[in-house]
Amino acid sequence: MYAQNVSTGTQGVRDADELSPEEAAFQARIDGNIKIEPKDWMPAAYRKTLIRQIGQHAHSEIVGQLPEGNWVTRAPTLERKAILLAKVQDEAGHGLYLYCAAETLGISRDELMNKLHSGEMKYSSIFNYPTLTWADMGAVGWLVDGAAIMNQVPLQRTSFGPYARAMVRICKEESFHQRQGYSIMMSMVSGTPAQKEMAQDALNRFWYPALMMFGPSDKDSVHSDQSMAWKIKMNTNDELRQRFVNETVPQAHYLGLTIPDDDLVWNEETGNYDFSQPDWEEFKAVLKGNGPCNRERLGARIKAWEGGEWFRDGLAAYAEKAAKRRVAA
Amino acid sequence: MANEWPLWEIFIRGQHGLNHRHVGSLHAPDAEMAINNARDVYTRRKEGVSIWVARSTEITASTPSDKGPMFDPAEDKIYRHPTFYNIPDEVGNM
Ligand SMILES: [Fe+2]
Ligand SMILES: [Fe+2]
Repeated sequence: MYAQNVSTGTQGVRDADELSPEEAAFQARIDGNIKIEPKDWMPAAYRKTLIRQIGQHAHSEIVGQLPEGNWVTRAPTLERKAILLAKVQDEAGHGLYLYCAAETLGISRDELMNKLHSGEMKYSSIFNYPTLTWADMGAVGWLVDGAAIMNQVPLQRTSFGPYARAMVRICKEESFHQRQGYSIMMSMVSGTPAQKEMAQDALNRFWYPALMMFGPSDKDSVHSDQSMAWKIKMNTNDELRQRFVNETVPQAHYLGLTIPDDDLVWNEETGNYDFSQPDWEEFKAVLKGNGPCNRERLGARIKAWEGGEWFRDGLAAYAEKAAKRRVAA
Repeated sequence: MANEWPLWEIFIRGQHGLNHRHVGSLHAPDAEMAINNARDVYTRRKEGVSIWVARSTEITASTPSDKGPMFDPAEDKIYRHPTFYNIPDEVGNM
């Protein structure tokens, strides 16, 4: 998802009798749906995993602004421009809510930034794909924010208080993102044949990368059990992916678009769509840094960070001077 | 890093005249910028009519391990609630 493949640094889930009294009390609180707050005792691995997960989630929100920011100046109407700008601004807000949640665990904002820029921390694979046409703004809102919602709604109940509260804020804002994307798609498919073709092309390119957002298949997802016991992951990757496919296919049909999967078929028995898995080798390559836009995305982030340094320092210097003047007065 | 902006806690009063409520935090060089940033981060959809900001380091919190001694004494004082008292129906609404 926005946090894919987050390592817990543990080997499976330990039995209750292997836990220390502190750990057992901690697990009992989680099992009783009592929120863990920053000053509460927590196992070191829980803290570390959460920093990784929330950090990765925050980075995804921030890097996720880039593929859409790419189209702000070229939106087809003033209204679409204002909408896209508001959406991208929301994503900045999401990043800020999440960075603050991560910081309550004892990592600083600058550390988080440095880890993103050095490649030590990741962001979602989806943002390493290019946005080539205006229809991509439709596909991203509809599919990428749609997939994000699938994952974020259950995370509102996650065990760590600051993370859960950030998720509540974020979920309130996501629905607008998905609907504005679908609305772009509706305009495109009712336009000229060339515009409809653009919409289909955008769906073709974003379908499998969107499926990858949920992370590897459950059988290859080694850290899931511990994360689920800690309630920092609420559903398995395959569960959420299936839910996403079930919801999205009828939406594509409404648009008159075809999901690029010849094996997609409604399964009467299971009550689910059967569908093809994405290319997991491609997923691994993108995570490793070899997707179509990895270098460009990270480059843009580093440029913004380094280029903004004089400005951040200037404001800090001004604040320091003004404080001194107040003391003197 | 030495130059990291300090952290501020943000409190917002919503439309309906309720108390300021803690909504989250953000980094800013000074109080004025903290308010400006809070406007953009926490009130993009008219969530508030007033903003307070306070340096996070200026907030003193109760410690979680004191939770018992701090809050348990209120537990057995049910006579502090109106429902503790049985008032006959004939008396009417009270
Ligand atoms: Fe977001
Ligand atoms: Fe979004």
